[in-house]
Amino acid sequence: MKFAIAVFCAAHAPASRRALLFAQAALAGGHEIVRLFFYQDGVYSASNNIVAPQDEQDIARQWREFVGTHQLDGVVCIAAALRRGVLNAEEATRYQRSAVNLDAPWALSGLGQLHDAIQDADRLICFGGA
Amino acid sequence: MAQSLLIISRQAPWSGPSAREALDIVLAGGAFDLPIGLLFLDDGVFQLARHQDARAVQQKDLSANLQALGLFGIDDVFACGHSLSARGLPPPDNAQALDSQAISRLIDRYDQVITL
Repeated sequence: MKFAIAVFCAAHAPASRRALLFAQAALAGGHEIVRLFFYQDGVYSASNNIVAPQDEQDIARQWREFVGTHQLDGVVCIAAALRRGVLNAEEATRYQRSAVNLDAPWALSGLGQLHDAIQDADRLICFGGA
Repeated sequence: MAQSLLIISRQAPWSGPSAREALDIVLAGGAFDLPIGLLFLDDGVFQLARHQDARAVQQKDLSANLQALGLFGIDDVFACGHSLSARGLPPPDNAQALDSQAISRLIDRYDQVITL
């Protein structure tokens, strides 16, 4: 089955960890992930400035490694990210900000990528919504 | 055939960016001519309240975006009748009020659902 996965919560929220576990299980089960889309506070799940306490799981790092290892399409909504201070080098330069906290394997793009993924997938699975 | 998508918007307009961001998904889908529905549920029905003054809380007015739904080809706009009456709101002009059974059927009708 082809899954599109949307994440709406930060890395420290339990639903982000559940989304990661679901995505790992989907691949392990032989399914395809057409795209991961991070929206609303989900953009924090992609920030590489998250510092997890030593006795807690570093979910943002695990996301980064998972997406990079499997060469998945990990898209972070640009409007939601800018509003929350999650910037890649290009956006930091554009808006003259000193901090860059988004890097490969993540891509910043628009909501069209969410709709495109929904159309391409058999199922959309959401984590961390209201 | 394109997959249909129902957005369920559950947050009040001034509680944070959630209401605006839910609406942005709807408008983006409309721009791509996709079959999109929008349901206001729980505190989300406050987005339909009349005579809101966004400037009083130093916010941008969300109602202009709601008015744009028709321009984007989004005609399937619904509101939970129970949520409206529980908050003392009248039936809205720009959304069709539904009872809980009709909401169940509505959710069944769509291929995918996003709740924000």
